[in-house]
Amino acid sequence: MIARQFKHRNSALWVAALVHRLSGLALAIFLPLHFLALGLAINGAAKLEGFLRWSDQPPVKLAESGLVFLLTVHLLGGLRVLVIENFAWRDRQKQLATLAAAVSALVAFVFLVRVF
Amino acid sequence: MNVQLYVWQRLTAALMAPLVIVHLAVIFYATRQGMTAADILSRTQGSPAWAAFYGIFVAAAAIHASIGVRNILSEWSALSERRAGLCAIVLGAALALLGFRAITALVLT
Amino acid sequence: MSEAISELSVSLWRGGREGRFETYTVPRRQSQTVLDVVSFVQRHIDPTLSYRFACRVGVCGSCAMTVNGKPRWTCRTHVSKVVAKPVGGRLEIGPLENLPVIKDLTTDMAEFFEKWQAAKGVFAPSRTRRDAIAQIRPDTPARAAANAAIECINCGVCYAGCDTVRWNSSYLGPAALTRAWTLVNDERDGGNAARLQAVAAAGGCHACHSHQSCQELCPQALNPTAAIAGLKRRTAAAYLKGEIKT
Repeated sequence: MIARQFKHRNSALWVAALVHRLSGLALAIFLPLHFLALGLAINGAAKLEGFLRWSDQPPVKLAESGLVFLLTVHLLGGLRVLVIENFAWRDRQKQLATLAAAVSALVAFVFLVRVF
Repeated sequence: MNVQLYVWQRLTAALMAPLVIVHLAVIFYATRQGMTAADILSRTQGSPAWAAFYGIFVAAAAIHASIGVRNILSEWSALSERRAGLCAIVLGAALALLGFRAITALVLT
Repeated sequence: MSEAISELSVSLWRGGREGRFETYTVPRRQSQTVLDVVSFVQRHIDPTLSYRFACRVGVCGSCAMTVNGKPRWTCRTHVSKVVAKPVGGRLEIGPLENLPVIKDLTTDMAEFFEKWQAAKGVFAPSRTRRDAIAQIRPDTPARAAANAAIECINCGVCYAGCDTVRWNSSYLGPAALTRAWTLVNDERDGGNAARLQAVAAAGGCHACHSHQSCQELCPQALNPTAAIAGLKRRTAAAYLKGEIKT
């Protein structure tokens, strides 16, 4: 369409909704792979052990902390929606949305630091 | 159908909120330095609690993810509503199948 | 007319769905609104420019346009608020998004009002003139909810700013659903069975993802996100009680 940018798309709440959707999509794509990896144990520990050791590499650990971020941010974004839809309106939502993103980043960071 | 999908989406979301927090704790525990596959399996094998927890989690996630993906497909892709719904069902079925297989691998073998 | 303090370069959309932005230079004046700018172009530079306005004081909802990427009432938007630089500065004005363009800055609002009807945003009387007048207390939660959402003047800003409208052509939109919400809360109204059914259909309240753009953009400070959340709760309850056929 015609207008080149939507200024209101810079709102923390709009970004929260978009991040919620994109993180959900990423998790939905990741999940079958996660299940396949865990399913390696179906014939004993050896194959799973091989996979776990492969995943010790720093790039994989970095990706894993990304996944932890996505999971946490999707959880908190989902809580935002559940609260809006089921409880009385609260006005400080923008600050809460930004806080949620910060908490997610913190959780992912803690994960990353622990595995190195 | 919209109300049904909406109710299922929100119910599974609410159900999974505490499950995700527990799962994050499990992730942190399982990724401690030096934990091997054998260590993990020794904790999960033969455990009805693990099976129940993750069984519920997998079922809820399969439902929740497929409804979410249906929304994304119908809004962001050129697929018809019907096709989007079919893709979603396929995804949900795949997640349920692979998920229960993974639980079997960790609890029953 | 006040003295011109400098000049302003303004880009206006010319054409229909296909077209381009054309640039005009207008005198910049104190307390100038975006509507003043558009009017100046049409009256003094190019009489073929098409645009809408009526009251020019923010009560009719006719003059909404996309101003520097954001849908706004042009009569209540001061140029000084949207153009950062005091001298020079750019202003880009286009028709409202999510609606078919008729010509230049005017859009066809038919689908906006059709969706209003489809959401059953119409009062359904339950009494006749021979019945006693309904006694409505203004401080009941239902009336307070209705009052908080009632001042919509159908300007279309929320509809133009909603990404779900953009992505889902059957979505009724924030304004239509907000009006339905006021009627759901109106104890005099007798049409709620059909209304809840209507807003629970495809493109109804459940399509809303709570982006909250509508609430951020509404010039009347209404909160369609909250109204739609209310509809979600009512329809879910009605569905669980078997009152809605899916």
